[in-house]
Amino acid sequence: MQLPAIAFGAMAAVLILSVQMVPWLEFVYILALAKGFAALGVAILLRAGLISIGHALFFGFGAYVTAFLGGGRIVTDLGALLVIATFASAALGVIIGAFVVRYRAIFFAMLNLALSMVFFSLLAKLYAITGGTDGLRVAMPTIFGMVFDRATLQAILLYGSLLLLAGVGYLLKRYLHSPMGQALPAIERNELRLEYLGVSVRRVLLTAYTISAGLAGLGGALMAFAVGHVLPEMSYWTVSGQLVLIAVLGGIGGVLGPFMGAIFFEVVHTLAVGHMAEAWNLIIGLTLIAVIFFLPGGLYSLMQAFARKGHAP
Amino acid sequence: MEFLIPLVVDGLAAAAVIFFIAVGLSLVFSVLKILNVAHGSFYSMGAYVAVMLGMWGLSKGISPYFSLPLLFVAAALVAGLFGPLVERGFLRWTYDKPEALQILVTFGLFLIFEDMQKLVFGVQPHFHDAALHLLGVSTIGGIAYINYQLVLIGLAVLALAVLELVIRYTTFGKLVVAVVSDREVAQCMGVNASHVFTAAFTLGVFLAALGGALASPTSGVAPGLGAEAIVLGFAVAAIGGLGQIGGAALAAFLVGLARVLAIFYYPELEPVVPYTVMVLVLLVRPFGLFGTITARRI
Repeated sequence: MQLPAIAFGAMAAVLILSVQMVPWLEFVYILALAKGFAALGVAILLRAGLISIGHALFFGFGAYVTAFLGGGRIVTDLGALLVIATFASAALGVIIGAFVVRYRAIFFAMLNLALSMVFFSLLAKLYAITGGTDGLRVAMPTIFGMVFDRATLQAILLYGSLLLLAGVGYLLKRYLHSPMGQALPAIERNELRLEYLGVSVRRVLLTAYTISAGLAGLGGALMAFAVGHVLPEMSYWTVSGQLVLIAVLGGIGGVLGPFMGAIFFEVVHTLAVGHMAEAWNLIIGLTLIAVIFFLPGGLYSLMQAFARKGHAP
Repeated sequence: MEFLIPLVVDGLAAAAVIFFIAVGLSLVFSVLKILNVAHGSFYSMGAYVAVMLGMWGLSKGISPYFSLPLLFVAAALVAGLFGPLVERGFLRWTYDKPEALQILVTFGLFLIFEDMQKLVFGVQPHFHDAALHLLGVSTIGGIAYINYQLVLIGLAVLALAVLELVIRYTTFGKLVVAVVSDREVAQCMGVNASHVFTAAFTLGVFLAALGGALASPTSGVAPGLGAEAIVLGFAVAAIGGLGQIGGAALAAFLVGLARVLAIFYYPELEPVVPYTVMVLVLLVRPFGLFGTITARRI
C-alpha cells in the first residue's frame, strides 16, 4: 500500500477511536474536515505559488447556497445539496478565476481579498436575501427522503466526510499527478519555460482555481450542515487567512496535509477555548511561525520523514 | 453646488485616518517588499495605548491640553517598541522566503497581536475623547463640524508633505530610495541596508499607530479594530499603487469621497464601496493608479 493510503487509514482510525472515547470530539472533527476541504483548495493554488487571501468567498458561498436552497425547501437532500454547493462554487470559480488568474503574487492575493470583502459586505447588507448579519438557519437535510435527528446527522456527517475525503482525496491525487497538476509547481519555478513547452499557463491555473473554488464550496456546505447556521463572518478575510494557515500548517505536499492541519487547528481551538479563551489565536500564530521557520513541509512532512525511516535504505 | 462643501469635507475627514494606515503599509511594502498583514494590529495598538494614556492622564489630573500631544506619545511608544522588535525578530528571517510565506508570517503576527491586546486591555470597548471636546465645534456653510475632524485633515496633509520632503531632501530619504531601487548596489556603496529596513519599518509602524491614536477619540477602541483597519489599508494602498505616497493620499481621498457619496445616496452599500473601487482599479490597472510596472518575476 502507498503512504497516503496508509496515512489516511491511520488518520481515520485515530479519529473514529477518539470519538468513541470522547464523544464531543465528533463535532470538532466535522468542523476540521469541513475546513480541511477548503484548505485543500487553497493548498492547490499554493502549489503554484499563488496565495489567495480570499477563498472564504467560496467557503461562504457554498454555505449560503446550502442554507438558501435547503431553507426554501427547494432541495432538501444532503447529498444533492453538497453536490449543488460544490458545483455552484466551482462555477463561480470559473467566472472569478477568468479574471484573477492573470495576476501573480500580491496582486493575486489582493484581488482575491477585495472580491471576498465585497461578497462579505453584500452578505451582511442584503438583508432580504441573506438575512443580513443574523445569517440564515440551515434546515435539517433529508437523506434519500429519510429524516434524521441532530445526533444521527452528526454521525452521518463525520463518517460521510471521511468517505468523501477518501474519494475526493483519490481523485485529487490523480489530478495532482497528472500533467495538469504537475504543471502547478512548474508555474512557481518558471512560468515562461512552461509556455515555451506549449503548455497554456492560463488554462492550468484556471482549472486549478475552479477545483479549489469547488473544494472551498464543499467545505462551506459541510460547515453549514454541521453548525446549522450560516453567517457573513464565514466570508470575512480572517477566515481566508485561517484557510491558508491551515494549509501551510498541515503542509501542501500531499492531499492529507491540509486535513492534518485542520484537525490540529480545531483541536487546539477547542482545548484553548476551555482553558484560555483569549489566547488561542496567540498559540496558533506562534505555531504557524514556528512551522514556517522550522518545519517548512508542515505536519505532513513529519509523517513522510517517519515513513522514510521505516523503509531504512 | 452648496451641498458639495460638506461632502468634500466629510470625504476628507474619512480619508485622513485611512491615509495614515495606507501610507505606512505602502512605505513598508516598497522598502521590505512584504505585504504586512500585522499592520492593522499596529493601528489598533496605537489606539489602545492612546486611550490608556489618556485615561491615565485624566486620573493623574493632567491638563486636558496635553491630550493631543499624548496621542503622538502613544504612537511613538508603539513604534519604538514594536518596530525594531518585529523587523529584527521576525521579518528579517523571511526576506529570502517566497511571498506566500512572508504574508503568512505577518498573518501569524497579526493573530498573536490580536490576542495580546485582548489579554492586556481586555475585551470590553474603551472610550476616551478629551481631545475631541478640547477643540470645540466650528460652522462652515451653515453646517457644524467638530474641529478635531478638521485638525485630522490638516495633520494628514502635513504628514504627506513631511514624508515627501523627507524622502526627497534628507539623507535618510535618499538612503531609502537607494535601497528600494537596488539593494545590492546600495550596499556596495556602503549603505547599511539592514538599518534602513529597520528604520523604514519603524516609521511605517509609527504612521499606523498614529492613525489609530488619532482615530481613537472619535471611534473608541474594541477588539476587531485592527482587522477592519488592515483591509481598508490594503484597499487604499492597492488603489494608489503600492509604494506610492502621493498615490495613497489620492486613493484615500477617492475612497473617503466614494464612501460619503454612498452614505448620501445609498447608505446600505457604504461598506462595499472601498472594495468595489479596489476591484475595479486592480482589474484595469493591476499596479494601482500610480504604480509603476515592474518586471514580472519569472
